[in-house]
Amino acid sequence: MSDQSVKKGESGFLATLKGSPSTDEFIKGLWKDNPVFVQVLGMCPVLAVSNTAINALAMGLATTFVMLMSNILVSSLRNFIPKQVRIASYILIIATFVTITDYMIAFISVELHKALGAFISLIVVNCLILSRAEAFASKNTIGKSILDALGMGVGFTFALFCLGAVREILGNGTFFDMAILPGSFQEWIVMILPAGGFFTLAIWLLIFNAAKAKKATA
Amino acid sequence: MSQAQQIQAAPANSWKMLQAMVGIGILCALLIVLTFQGTLERIENNRAEALEKAIFNVIPGISKKKTFTIGADNEIMEVKGDEASGQLIYAGYDENNELVGLAIEAAGMGYADIIRILYGYDPEKQVVFGFNVMETKETPGLGDKIEKDPRFLANFEALDVSLDEQAQDLNHDVVTVKQGEKENPWEIDGITGATISSRAIGNIIRSSTEELLPVIYNNLNAFTYENE
Repeated sequence: MSDQSVKKGESGFLATLKGSPSTDEFIKGLWKDNPVFVQVLGMCPVLAVSNTAINALAMGLATTFVMLMSNILVSSLRNFIPKQVRIASYILIIATFVTITDYMIAFISVELHKALGAFISLIVVNCLILSRAEAFASKNTIGKSILDALGMGVGFTFALFCLGAVREILGNGTFFDMAILPGSFQEWIVMILPAGGFFTLAIWLLIFNAAKAKKATA
Repeated sequence: MSQAQQIQAAPANSWKMLQAMVGIGILCALLIVLTFQGTLERIENNRAEALEKAIFNVIPGISKKKTFTIGADNEIMEVKGDEASGQLIYAGYDENNELVGLAIEAAGMGYADIIRILYGYDPEKQVVFGFNVMETKETPGLGDKIEKDPRFLANFEALDVSLDEQAQDLNHDVVTVKQGEKENPWEIDGITGATISSRAIGNIIRSSTEELLPVIYNNLNAFTYENE
């Protein structure tokens, strides 16, 4: 994606963090090139797994892990993989780390695996991971690729969490499984259903773009 | 580049592609195998622990358990060691080696995939008195209410599965009704928003109780605790 565009147009605390190009690689995924709100990538897991805050957080962290590991491997093999078979190679690498993540989660806790089992395999189809491998890791050093994956991962987790929190509060009256709205509140079941994912995403995109437009005119 | 060079370049290039694909394939396979081997023991321990916890959860107040299976001619046999297969029934005993209840494994199709459950059966009162979801891929936030919703789980405190006088069939089949419409002790109060999943639980328990309870009830002596 537009890795060069990061160099211009930042203000406030981001500007103080700037300076070394390596922090740029991390920061850009959080806001400027946020994978969900700006690049609108990986919509399948974003819409499918953001119905509760905890699901969103778990999905975000698992995706970050897969992205980090696949970025490291793709970056270290970037001179070895011929151009013609690069996509097949990346998919092989990503699928491997998704499988490993599946085992690792079962290793950590059966309960956690039971809760996440349904959508760990969804990580394979996340085009965000493939896009970072193709657009960034295959052209940059391992160090930069690690920062890029971490930044994108945190940005993705943040965006998923934004959706998950809103959908859980309105759709279930709870936040992290704790009831926070009064019992008389009639849950908006539509928010937990797929349609609610689209509504919430649209509203967040609206807010995000309005903030960006305001900053551009200011 | 002349034509001759181009022809020569082509096989070298595909050799490189082959090398890369095979190399990455082997590397990935190795990584998966290593992770699988490295985590296998702990995952199996975790699973066994979770099963143990589930058994103690569905049969309240037990201190030990034994595993049984039903043989080909409806004969109930104790399973020794880890070689568990087929229909498994776990018998729970109190401190005086008295049978408290049975935990029965059952499975059936849910909304997304097969749901595996464990339910506790009290042969004395002839009720289902415990319930635990072992494995489910139901929609997070909706279908997974079958394992979280306290109102739904309250169905399995004393679900009537009594047998008729000949002990051959259930008096009343277990059935899932709409949320809030439960009137009889053999009905399961369903969940709005998880209609299919809650109905699936009713179907799983119905087919399992229909098939197994007559056999179990007529062979209760097989579950007597014997010291080795």
